[in-house]
Order: sequence, then structure tokens, then C-alpha cells
Amino acid sequence: MTHGVVPPPATTAAVDGAMARRRGWGWLLLVPGMLYLAVFFVFPTVQLFLTSLYDPSGNYVQGYTLTWHFANYLDAIRDTWNLFVRSFIYAGIATGVCLLFGYPLAYAIAFKAGRWKNFMLVLVIAPFFTSFLLRTMSWRTILADQGPLADFLRTVHILPHDGRLLATSVAVVAGLTYNFMPFMTLPLFASLDKVDHRLIEAAGDLYSSPFTGFRKVTFPLSLPGVVSGTLLCFIPACGDYINAELLGTPKQYMVGNRIQSAFLTEHNYPLAASLSLILMAIVVVMVVAYVRRVGTEELV
Amino acid sequence: MATDVATPPLTGPGPRRVKAPRRSPTRWLSDHMVLLIGVLVLVYMVVPIGYIFALSFNQPTGKSANAQFSAFTWNNWTSICAPEGLCDSVKLSLEVSITSTILATILGTLMAFALVRHSFRGRGVSNLLIFLPMATPEVVMGSSLLAMFVSVGMDSVLGFLTIVIAHVLFCLSFVVVTVKARLQGMDSRLEQAAMDLYANEWQTFRLVTLPLAMPGIVAAALLSFSLSFDDFIVTNFTAGQSVTFPLYIYGAKLKDFPPQLFVMGTIMFLVSFVFVVAGEVWRRRRARAWAA
Amino acid sequence: MAETNQDLHLEDLTKRFGDFAAVRDLTLTVPNGTFFALLGPSGCGKTTTLRMVAGLEDPTVGRISIGDQDITRLRPYKRPVNTVFQSYALFPHLTIFENVAFGLRRRGVKDYRQKTLDMIELVQLGPYAGRKPAQLSGGQQQRVALGRALINEPGVLLLDEPLGALDLKLRRQMQIELKRIQTEIEVTFVHVTHDQEEAMTMADTIAVMNQGVIEQMGAPEDLYENPVTTFVANFLGQSNLIMTDIIDGTGAEVIVDCQGQKIGVSPERSHAQGRKAWLGIRPEKIFASHVGEGEQADTNVLRGGRISDVSFIGVSTQYLVAMPWEQELMVFEQNTGRRPLFNNGDQVDLSWSSEHAFLLDADQDAHAGMMTPEDRE
Repeated sequence: MTHGVVPPPATTAAVDGAMARRRGWGWLLLVPGMLYLAVFFVFPTVQLFLTSLYDPSGNYVQGYTLTWHFANYLDAIRDTWNLFVRSFIYAGIATGVCLLFGYPLAYAIAFKAGRWKNFMLVLVIAPFFTSFLLRTMSWRTILADQGPLADFLRTVHILPHDGRLLATSVAVVAGLTYNFMPFMTLPLFASLDKVDHRLIEAAGDLYSSPFTGFRKVTFPLSLPGVVSGTLLCFIPACGDYINAELLGTPKQYMVGNRIQSAFLTEHNYPLAASLSLILMAIVVVMVVAYVRRVGTEELV
Repeated sequence: MATDVATPPLTGPGPRRVKAPRRSPTRWLSDHMVLLIGVLVLVYMVVPIGYIFALSFNQPTGKSANAQFSAFTWNNWTSICAPEGLCDSVKLSLEVSITSTILATILGTLMAFALVRHSFRGRGVSNLLIFLPMATPEVVMGSSLLAMFVSVGMDSVLGFLTIVIAHVLFCLSFVVVTVKARLQGMDSRLEQAAMDLYANEWQTFRLVTLPLAMPGIVAAALLSFSLSFDDFIVTNFTAGQSVTFPLYIYGAKLKDFPPQLFVMGTIMFLVSFVFVVAGEVWRRRRARAWAA
Repeated sequence: MAETNQDLHLEDLTKRFGDFAAVRDLTLTVPNGTFFALLGPSGCGKTTTLRMVAGLEDPTVGRISIGDQDITRLRPYKRPVNTVFQSYALFPHLTIFENVAFGLRRRGVKDYRQKTLDMIELVQLGPYAGRKPAQLSGGQQQRVALGRALINEPGVLLLDEPLGALDLKLRRQMQIELKRIQTEIEVTFVHVTHDQEEAMTMADTIAVMNQGVIEQMGAPEDLYENPVTTFVANFLGQSNLIMTDIIDGTGAEVIVDCQGQKIGVSPERSHAQGRKAWLGIRPEKIFASHVGEGEQADTNVLRGGRISDVSFIGVSTQYLVAMPWEQELMVFEQNTGRRPLFNNGDQVDLSWSSEHAFLLDADQDAHAGMMTPEDRE
């Protein structure tokens, strides 16, 4: 009996979007920014690629010659594969811990904080108010051998008598976790805050236990936040070297440490460049695979 | 429980059963578990800041950056600029981050408008090119910029200019994403309504589009400023002999670590905090004024 | 405003989106000062037509003029036309006062303050002038949208589903209010809606649109009583459509054979070409009677019906009557209380006076324009 007049689907979109997106010269607005990215992102990346193929026997003073020396990559991987492994393990653990604890925090702010909501939000962004290097130095003081936390842990015998907090893997991962926690919490909060609370109640009404309701309704709806949050944590954490340097020892060094010393101290440009490109390639592949897998295009 | 008194138990159920069942402590705990974890994480996030506060009043005993709190003093606060180059570095940082914020916000806002409001070929490539800098670890971005500066012979002028170039680059994508999100949420009918009410294209943009996009643009600018002001890694590659505040801190940890750094950190914190709170109070007061 | 000829003319107006023609060869004239409704289901082209008049959409072909002024290619802000948008499109960052004053200020009107305050008073929002739109209820926002458009004294006011977001009771109130304002200021209103009752309550003239063309245009009573297509017959109210053969189309009445029984229809209500036709009759025009108790004449009686469903709905009772040719007809009867209701299974005769039936072309879909309430949205 239902005889509706169904126009082809394209038409409604055309009607709605007719004014929103205009053809014409509007794309010119994009030109300055794209030029900027071309000159200062694409071109440098090409330069980096060329640099990575310089003859490694050259040096900073005499200059390098471009000999398409692809063996630089093999040398780089052979010498530093353990740094890569360590970087991704540290960054992975830090991202996981950020998600594990950042999620309850974001959830609490979005749904449980009541009138404390704004106050808690300010506390989440509070770390941005002061320098991250200073905050990491501050951790260094807290975790120091003669510092309060180590003292306390030794007293309650969790830490052995000569045990250390500073200069351990735990300290480095804790530092990474600390530094990237706001980058996890804020996108999570943003997407949780948008979740209609009635949906959760509806799930409860339809015989979901609170946990099932969370798993089937709240969590999927917050997925865009999970994706942006993990990316915003993982990407910078992979390349970070401040936490390893300030809270660890050379035994905890990550690939970032090696790149920066090769570039700025040893001036071994071919090595530094090939390390950088390997790191970038791995990160981009991981990110693309991850975004494909989880299936969100929020970021792009 | 007045009702319990008014209705005496005649036969079966006594008043105790009428009462709502008390929630067990475990139920209370599970209800508040999320909040509890959240508060603990917040404490974890805030503790180092408290330490910065405390250490700004510390009378240093040795020259180690691991120094623990020993004695209270105002000296650090009265001699902020005493460590050589500290205040200059803060000044440079402010100059760098204000310049790059302005540039990145303008460039990025234009791009966001182009992407949301106009149709053209090559959107996919544009989106990819905007996304890639965000997926690039800072150390890679810094090293590629340095590689380019060296290869085009700009290594002699490393300093303010090269730092700003680098900062605009990593802020740009974040500005585009932030402003784009705001523009996508905007109802294009509002602009049509303005045109219908005798506003020409420019007036429509100035009176309707721009004010509505403004919260997004302001958020993007604040984000840019904080990313730029606090950046160490990319700056470290592109600064040459110039010293920004983060570079100063990094340099200081290798030698002595003047407690004035903690004073500066505390001041930065307080200034930002006052800004945020004042902004929020102003926003609310305005909302209330309209409501009245 | 009403001094000169300000009629709105649309001539051969066509709008295509790719291959799809949203509006086809539309020609109509809206006389100055009338309340005109464009009525049709979603996707019929009524909103596109409105947007072309407003200047928000460029016609592919055709001409739009007000009086002698051709406005086809004018930018929206150059047209003496204002719009009340669907869901209002009030500027969220401006106060009610600033919203209403917007148009006057763009045109550089000097004493805009007093005029704005007067308009805010007229739409009964005096105490809210300083508030933002978000702090107002739906009905109040609707009045702001109306005031914001009316203050510009437009030659034509366009209303795009202006009451769609309001609840039923408020909608009825606003319908009366809108009609009152329109009569008072004598501005041409062009009102786009999918709600046939809304269109019939307010409009002087209704154009029923379907798939980009106007099916029929006229006063509400004419459209209802004398529809020319099955779409109009079904979209405005409800109709029983029965397939008939035309026996004699030459006399004072057109005589048709309706499944073996002779029925007469007045010629001005016969819109059928060819030998077959749909006989249309509104459910409330049919009188049901027990067999042998009703009209005894040979015309305009259908015999052999059996009540198959009875819905009592207060003011009236709605019957479904199963006819011998496997069709169920609707019959509405006022609950005057003069006689008892029929029961399921009762045998009945159906009759009506011949000026109430109409004949429609047989090659149309009998279900055209018939839809559930959800489809109408």
C-alpha cells in the first residue's frame, strides 16, 4: 500500500549540499598551506631520503657525496634493531597503560563528575600549562634514589634495599605514560561526552548488564576517541628520547636517542637519515594498518 | 521514616522491610570505582606540577638536578633572571610561538575552509598531505628539516627563522583538523539565512561564518601556541645556536640546574591557569547576563 | 507595499541535479497578497522551487519575476524576498534583537532600533529581546524567524515547512496566528508543506506538486471536492477509487457501469479520457443503509456490500465495506446518534448524490499519493 515518491538518492544530497560546497576558486585557499607543506615537508623528506644514500665515508667537514648507498639501511638496521624493538615496546606499553587508565578518567569526567566536571577537565589540561621538560625533571626528583617515593617503597620492602626507581625501564615507561596521558584522555573525553546517555539507559532497559551495556554501546561509540587517543600517544612516544635520557640510562635508550646523537653529536648524517626514514616508514605502516583495522576516518 | 511509624505492622511485613534496601559497601565501591580510578590518575598527572611549585621555593644545597627539598627560600623568586640567558630564552620562546601560532592559524584556517566549503579535484591527496605530518615522529620531522636546511645551505642561518618554519609545520595539521571539525558541525542554512537577509558574501562571512567558526579557530590557536612553546625535539634540530626555553632547560640539566627554572615553570602554570579560568568565568557571566 | 503589481510569476521553471529533474517546466502566478501553499510529499520539488525563488538555487531553465522585475539571476541579498527557514536557522551567536535587526542593518535602515523593537513586540517576544535563540522554546524560535523575515517588508515571504518542528497543539495555534498576520499585512506568503491539513487551513490557493510538476492548483475546497488526478484524490484526504466503464458521456450526466451497476457523474467532474475511468467518491460522502432501506433509484447506489470492519473514533465511525468485486470501500459516518451503528457482517447498500462523485483517467495508478503518515514526513 505504501506508494512513496522515492527520488534517486543522489538528489537529496545535491539539494542539501548545493550551497555548502561550491565549485569555483575556493580551492585557492588551499594553495598557501599546500605549498608550505610541499616546501617544508615533502621536500625535506626527499632531502632526508637522499641524505640517507650518501656515501658513509664522507663527513660533516668535507661533505658527502650521493652514491645511492642503499647499504646504509642494512648497516642502520644491523646496528640498531634492538633500539627499534625497545622503542616500539616502550611506546606500545605506554600507550596501553594510557588507554587503560585514561579511559576510566575520561569516563568519570564525562558521566560521573557532576559539578566537578570542569574542574577535573582543567586538571587534565593542567600539564599543558607548564613545560614538559620541567615536569620530566620533576619526575626525576620524585623517583631519585634519595627521593620520597623510593624511600617509602624501601621502607615497606616493595623495593629491595639497594633498589632503584630512576634509571630503570619502569621509570622510562612511566615517564612516557605520564607525558602522553592528556593526549589520550582529551580525545576520549570528547567522544564519550557526545554519547547520548539515553542509549546507555536503553541498553540497560534491554537487559544488558552494566558491563555488557558498556561493551556493546558505550565503547563502540567512543571508538573514534580511542583511535585518535592511541595515535596521539603512540606516534610521538615512538620517536621520543627525552624520557629515556632524563629517566633512564643508555641501557634504556630508544631509537630517538640514536637519531639525535647521530645527527647532532656525531654528524653522521647518512646513518641518522636512514634511521629516521625507517622509523617513519614503520610508524606510517602501523598507523595506516591500525586505522584501516579499526575503521575510522575521523583523523583523515 | 515517619511513614513507618504511621503504618504499624499488622501482620506480615515489618517496617524494616518497607525501608529501601541499604546499598552494600561493595555496590558503592563498584559504583564509584571509575571515579576513584579517575581521581587517582588525576593525582598522578598533577603531582609533578606540585613538585615544580615546591622546588621553586627550594634552597639548593648541591648543584644536582636531583636535589631534594632542603630549605624554604624566596630567593629564587626574587632573582628569576639571575641565571644567564634564562629570561632571554623565555622571550625567544614567546616570540617564536606567537609568530608560528599566527602563521599556522591563518594558513590552516584557510585550508580548512577550502576543504569543507569547496569542491575540487585532489581532495584525497590534500587530506593525505595534511595527515602525514601528524603521523611523523618529531625526531623524523626535525631531522628531515635539518637535512634540508643543510643541503640548501641554510645551516648558517639556523635560528629564529628556521625554528618558526618548523613550528608552523607541525602546528599546521592540528589547526586544519580542529577548524575543520568546527566547520563541519556548522549549519550552512545559517549562511543562506544571512544572504536572504541582505548580507552580501563578505558580510555573511564577517557576521555569521567567522563568528561561528571562531571557537574552533581560537582552540586551534591555543593548541598551536602550547605545542610550539613547549616543543623541544624539533626545535633542538632546527635552532642552531639559538636557545628557546625548552632548550635552556635541556642544556641546564647537563650542568647545574638553577631552581629559577622551577620558578619560571610555576609562573607559566599560574599565568595559563588564570587565563583559562578567567576565560571560563567570562563565558559563563556572559551566558548568565543573556539569560537575565 | 501593495501599491503596484507585485504578483510572483514563475515561467517554465526547470531545475536539474545531474540527470534528475527536481522541478519540470513549472509555470504559475501567485497574485499579490495571497496565501499560497505548495503541497506535496518529500522529494516532490516544492523545496527546490522555494529555494529558486529565494535565490539559493539557480534554475536550469526558466524565469522568475515579481511584478515587472526579473529576479531570476539576482543574488539572494538583492531580492525583495525573505525566507522563514525550516528549523528556523536563527543565528546562535546573536541575540533575538540582533537576529531580528539583521536585515534592516544590512540595508542601512537608520531607525532600525525602534522598528526591531516593534516587530519583537508584534511577535510577542518583548521580554526576550536580549536572549540567545538557544534559550527560547520551539514556538518562540518560530516567531523570531517569522519576525526576522517580516521586518524587511518583503514582496514575497517564503515559508519552508515553518511549523514542522512544533508539536501538534502549538502547530494549530501557529497556523491560526500565521493566517492572521498574513491577512493583516497583506504580504504574499508562499508556504511549502507536506501537511495537507496545514495547507488547507491556511492557504487561499494550493498547488499540489508531485515528481517535479504541479498536478493541480486551486482553492482548497475545489481541490478536495473535484480532484483531477488519482494523486490529488489520495494525497488530499482519502478517496474510494473504483474501476468503471463509461457507457454514455454525452448526456446531462456521464453514465458509467460500475461493476454492473449504473452510476451518474456530472460532466464538470469527469476528467477521464477513453472508455474506462476511475470512479472516485470520498468516504464521508457515502451513505450506508440496511438492504432495502436506502435510496431506491437506479443510479448512485452500490448494492451487495458487507460490513467487514468497524472503527469507532468518537466524532465519527469508519466502516470498511467489502463489495462483491473483492474491493473494500471506506465509509465515514458522523456519530449523530440517530441510528445504531452497523456491526461486522451486516449487509448494506451504499449511496451518494451524483454531484459528489468524480471520474479520473483510468491509466493512472490508483494508489498514487496514498501513503502512511510516516511517508508524509
